[in-house]
Amino acid sequence: MEGITKRFGPVLANDRVTLAVRRGTVHALLGENGAGKTTLMNILFGLHAPDEGRVLLRGRPVEIRSTREAIRRRIGMIHQQFTLVPPLTVAENIVLGLPPRRGVFLDLRRVEREIESLSRAYGLDVDPRLPVWALPVGMQQRVEILKALYRRADLLILDEPTSVLTPAESEALFAIIRRLVAEGHSVVFISHKLEEVMRISDTITVLRHGRVVDTVRTADTTPAELARMMVGRDVVLRLFKGPPRAGGPALEVDDLHAVGDRGLPALRGVTFTVARGEILGIAGVDGNGQAELAEVIAGLRRPTAGRIRIDGRDVATPAGRRAVADRLAYIPADRGRFGVILDFTIAENLALKAFHRPPFSRGPVLDRSRIIDHARALAERFDIRMNSVLQPVRQLSGGNQQKVVLAREMSGEPVLIVAVQPSRGLDVGASEYVLRTILEQRDRGAGVLYISMELDEVLGLSDRVAVLYGGEIMGIVRPGDARLEDISLMMAGSLRTAQTAAPAQ
Amino acid sequence: MNGRALAGRLLPVWAVLVALLLGMVPVGLAGVNPAAAYEEILRGALADVYGFATTLVKTTPLLFAGLGIAVALRAGLVNIGAEGQIYMGGLAAAVVGLSVHGLPSVVHVPLALLAAGAAGGVWALVPALLKVGRGVSEVITTLLMNYVAIYLVSFLAGGPLMEPGAPYPYSRPLDAAAQLPVIIPATDAHAGILLALALAGFLHLIFGYTAVGFRVRMAGANPAAAAYAGVRVHATLVAAMVASGALAGLGGASEVMGLKHRLFDAFSPGYGYDAIIVAFLGAGQPLAVVATAFFFGALRSGADTMQRSLGVPVAIVFAIQGLTVLFLAASLALQGRLLRWARGWPQVAATLPAAVATGVTDPERR
Repeated sequence: MEGITKRFGPVLANDRVTLAVRRGTVHALLGENGAGKTTLMNILFGLHAPDEGRVLLRGRPVEIRSTREAIRRRIGMIHQQFTLVPPLTVAENIVLGLPPRRGVFLDLRRVEREIESLSRAYGLDVDPRLPVWALPVGMQQRVEILKALYRRADLLILDEPTSVLTPAESEALFAIIRRLVAEGHSVVFISHKLEEVMRISDTITVLRHGRVVDTVRTADTTPAELARMMVGRDVVLRLFKGPPRAGGPALEVDDLHAVGDRGLPALRGVTFTVARGEILGIAGVDGNGQAELAEVIAGLRRPTAGRIRIDGRDVATPAGRRAVADRLAYIPADRGRFGVILDFTIAENLALKAFHRPPFSRGPVLDRSRIIDHARALAERFDIRMNSVLQPVRQLSGGNQQKVVLAREMSGEPVLIVAVQPSRGLDVGASEYVLRTILEQRDRGAGVLYISMELDEVLGLSDRVAVLYGGEIMGIVRPGDARLEDISLMMAGSLRTAQTAAPAQ
Repeated sequence: MNGRALAGRLLPVWAVLVALLLGMVPVGLAGVNPAAAYEEILRGALADVYGFATTLVKTTPLLFAGLGIAVALRAGLVNIGAEGQIYMGGLAAAVVGLSVHGLPSVVHVPLALLAAGAAGGVWALVPALLKVGRGVSEVITTLLMNYVAIYLVSFLAGGPLMEPGAPYPYSRPLDAAAQLPVIIPATDAHAGILLALALAGFLHLIFGYTAVGFRVRMAGANPAAAAYAGVRVHATLVAAMVASGALAGLGGASEVMGLKHRLFDAFSPGYGYDAIIVAFLGAGQPLAVVATAFFFGALRSGADTMQRSLGVPVAIVFAIQGLTVLFLAASLALQGRLLRWARGWPQVAATLPAAVATGVTDPERR
């Protein structure tokens, strides 16, 4: 692929990306979520047309306008979401969409035999007669691989294949990938997990914000170098920041454990403290427990063990949680899901957390004129650009939606602010505004837990930085004191510092 | 409100008009002047006191069940089970009306209504618990619960509760004190419509003006954000579903206590299903549901007159009803807004009156 550029509206998903996959190798595409990995592969698989650039297969330029054409050119893609029909058998799923073999009849018997021998040849161990619903996720993935092989694919694209697998299933998948490559197939392996990529790939291309950072041979690189490439050094943040005046603890987290959405451990014994008046940044590669940490502290996910104290109060019980609700501000990564209700008006969204209390309610009755006055005041203070506070939030730009979240969460003079990538998807001006607001809150005396995948943002904004890897804290350092190399090593899980920087007094 | 938003809210009106227009084709094929047929429907439904009374009678169960479904929609739930809840409500009202004697009407009627609401609520509680507890789609469970209710009533009306010697499966008449009074003398129009209208007004206040309504709308519009804001989402959804079933149950009680005065086998000809259309066209807004229920009630009542005087089959009305839904659903689906619509207009009930009161106007109109 040469000079591939793809835009979605104003978003540049791929920017002059060049990628060469050698026959018989595993080529990893590494990058954070939204770096443009899947988009690039969707172009190769005929799901998107590139705006610029060209695709060459076996040295010859081709135009792949549809998946059908991609398959004909012997490309196979296994998506994160499987495209199987659960009530049908493995064999039926595999021949689905292919022309019948004998006149108008499916010769399923023969297909089953063919699949069995194919399955044996690659060590896939799939019974073609079983219905797909009865198979575990790892097996369903193998059916997808078989489907591509049955269509004679020799370039296989695996989009984050391990994200749905248990560790044991991942091991089995790696064995299959090695077998595929040994048989002369080529594999593109999309991932944001460093250790996986180090283990399975021959070549690694790192994508960041839609651009190729570098392509390296796996043997010549280290996880730390990859981590640094992924999180980059290209955001220059100019924020005036005075020294912190740390006070008493705003947040104390002690030996916290939690599981992720798929029931696997996401946090394993996390301990730290955020003082009032300081910003503790959480650095790390995406998917190392950041989302779970934020959700547990915000009360949206139940911890499996450990203690959380906010402003000195244990929040394990619903009563404890309610007691601190007003002093906790949460700025979620996914504002459309957690931060605002898109179909509600700006006024309603600004009253979301306190609608049932005075001044917004008198007894059971909402005081709508108070709600509207409050919204107008906040909209002015936080400079929310809108036509009217009675507009649905959906009609606002991303930056202004985020201002609605900020306005609501900051107006209560919180003791603790949990912010997860609050500047994501915003333009430079809006990002700066968001970060400036957070700094102001720190200077007012709020403790801030700042979680971001952008290392520069974390280093630039935070007073102390904790590095999260595999659900554990690898060390807590002061951005000025720590060497970038060490932070990279911690992000890659290969360094753990014993000392913990204490909050500045 | 800007022009586009207004046009969006008037979508059901357009759907009805286009359906009426297309309905002219089969009427014409039946050899009748379509204009005459529609005139007959209008005359039959509204022009005289008997037609109007019939319209009210047909509107009542549609309104009760339509309000119930609307409440569920505001909480983001689809209650297909209004039909079963109507049957359970009717059954509970009949049992109270048949077994209790000697109470004054002011006690007996509320008692029967209470039982009906409870029965309808319980019928909706089961799917609600399955939904929040096990993630089972309420669309399926509420639908299946209908058959249980319908056949239960069928069994009771033809067995234990059947009037001895009756030619068809129906019960003895309810105690006179448990019957709803007639509100237009010498017609069937009964007080059920008054209760339904009162409930519509009450729900309008709840959803537009109270913290409870706001909480239900939050849980329906974005459960994750609602949970973060401190709303107990599961409890809210269960409560909304029970309220939904209770309202439909009251619809069944009103049929039994106000119109039939006995428990008949198959006493509802599918009001619970038609009410889905009523609630949907009304975008889950209680006052809009009053309008849509009345429209379909009038269509039914007028269709009877049309059939009698012109020989055009009543079925034409069902075709018009179906076409209306088809057009609304198609135009919304084309804009990808089907579910958002069903959960209600974003802010109109909640904030528009306040906007007027505080002098806020839409800048686009200014």
